[in-house]
Amino acid sequence: MNATVEDVEKTGAMRRGWTVRSFATTYASQIGITVAFVVLWVAFIVLAPDTFLDNRIYVSFAQTTPYFALPALLLTMVIVSGDIDLSFPSIMGLGMVGFVAVERTTGSPELAVLAALAVGAMAGLLNGLIVTIIGIPALVATIATQFLYRGLTLALVSGKSYALVEARDSTAFRILDGRLLGIPMQFVWLVLVAIGTWMLLFRHRLGQNGHVIGDNRPAAQLMGIPIRSTRTIMFVLVGVASALAGAMQSLQVSNFYPGVGAGYLLPALAAVFVGGTSVFGGRGTVWGTFIGAFMIGAIQAGIVAMGVAAYWTEVIYGGIILAAVSIHAVLQRRFER
Amino acid sequence: MGAGEQRARRPRPASGHATLMTGEADVTSRGDGQVHVELRHIFKSFGGVRVLKDVSLVLSAGEVLGLLGDNGAGKSTLIKIVTGVHEPDSGQILFRGQEVRGLSVDRARALGVETVYQERALAEQLSLWRNIFMGRPVSGPLGFLDVRKMRRITAELMGESMGFTSAALTPDTHVTGLSGGERQGLAIVRALHFEADIIILDEPTMGLSLKETDKLLHFVKGIKTAGKSAIFIDHNIFHVYSVADRIVVLDRGRIAGDFPTSRYSLEEVTEIMREVASTGKFVEPERYRDTRAASDADEAGGSS
Repeated sequence: MNATVEDVEKTGAMRRGWTVRSFATTYASQIGITVAFVVLWVAFIVLAPDTFLDNRIYVSFAQTTPYFALPALLLTMVIVSGDIDLSFPSIMGLGMVGFVAVERTTGSPELAVLAALAVGAMAGLLNGLIVTIIGIPALVATIATQFLYRGLTLALVSGKSYALVEARDSTAFRILDGRLLGIPMQFVWLVLVAIGTWMLLFRHRLGQNGHVIGDNRPAAQLMGIPIRSTRTIMFVLVGVASALAGAMQSLQVSNFYPGVGAGYLLPALAAVFVGGTSVFGGRGTVWGTFIGAFMIGAIQAGIVAMGVAAYWTEVIYGGIILAAVSIHAVLQRRFER
Repeated sequence: MGAGEQRARRPRPASGHATLMTGEADVTSRGDGQVHVELRHIFKSFGGVRVLKDVSLVLSAGEVLGLLGDNGAGKSTLIKIVTGVHEPDSGQILFRGQEVRGLSVDRARALGVETVYQERALAEQLSLWRNIFMGRPVSGPLGFLDVRKMRRITAELMGESMGFTSAALTPDTHVTGLSGGERQGLAIVRALHFEADIIILDEPTMGLSLKETDKLLHFVKGIKTAGKSAIFIDHNIFHVYSVADRIVVLDRGRIAGDFPTSRYSLEEVTEIMREVASTGKFVEPERYRDTRAASDADEAGGSS
């Protein structure tokens, strides 16, 4: 025996005790992106104090960021598992078709929300089955279903918009878009979903298996991990989260238009990657996506408020995203093993 | 479920896995001769290519079986059938005398089969504890992980079985931070933690230093002492010969030879291997046939 009792105790002590140093190296890129977030925030406050010292901008962020941050959180799980889903903006619309259908027949916005979630789950399930049963790479499959779902949305409502004004007094509205102690419910939901996602990704069999599948799929097969069902469940969860976000946004503006969700694809993906999740799978972070979403959400408003000429907006946008992703690349290579 | 019953009935090894890495190996020790795994007339094709043709094989307790063969001979397909990764087209698989149909990886693991796939089956970006418990995490009824327990067990295994004493390594260290030998240790300890008694080593010496190879071979010898059984696949005939009780030579999907190391010298095995590789057949020379017939007669009514 070359390992003594003392050694074992030493390992035990190391296991329990997080030193400042071990914490810093383990979460180096997480700390990096959080610092970047704070720096950006302070910069906005200094450069546009009128906007960024006013409560209203934060209420606005708390209401609008979740529309793409909710799908982005669950998208993080899909990407960790080695897949991708480009169809979620279309699922936001398709879910609302279910909402409108049920709302018009039953008059219940609450049932309508459930219908939207069910449609979202079905759309996600179809994505999952196409990817795992037919075996089409997720990138390709969800490019196709992205068109499919958006097309279905437009066809089913004949391209029309629906006013949802009568739902403004409903419980559904208060639950999704009301306020809790002054905090917009969209933000409350985002926090709850973020906690739930973290639990699933890091403290549940689903996430454990997803991590292995994303890191080394042949190994997952050799170890008997249920690869198909795990990947499929990930797609279903994105579908549900997207439908929820679609319902939130539509109820907030009291209007469903078939293009709802369009334009959220790149901000959501940017949030995931700015957060530090690996595009190759096997490694991801929920905190990073959460912070990343608010960075992405704030950049636009921040640049406008700073009074920079509008032509430069996208240049700065791209620069900030590149800088954030570079922070991860450098810190992960340097510290994290 | 049947798997659960099997698991309960399986005799627990007298010694824990800790001794396997470091305990004294007793090469002569044989188990109780119980048949652990038996394959009968296994056929397997992939897309019209016959990979295995009528393969029959017996693995008994306390036995280390060396599986040799060229690339494409069907070695890895054969072990993937035992581990439940692939299902044979026809033929039977028996565990402890009972036929098992529709074998899956989970089922095989429940029946006590663990495989050391070397680092190919490690998830590099994940922590040590997530690798140890890959595919079978400790979790509650709702599927939530008992992370504390998995970390604790991993820390114990690191100290006792892997001999990881470096202060830089914790259960939360990622596999990317390990050396080749450390990864090998991790893969072996993972197989042993679950009290497997049928251990399959797929090219375990690949990429190991001399010292690490010695340690590994020593460990394989220890498998016998504990009454477990092993299938040892390797390209290197010297490694296999030094630990195996029997050597099975696979050639183009067929078993070309099956002979005990006690009766064949390393030189003879090497010669046979060369012959099989060039002719595809193993013609037993007269002198071996005689001795073999004689000893088979001696052993009549024995273990098989």
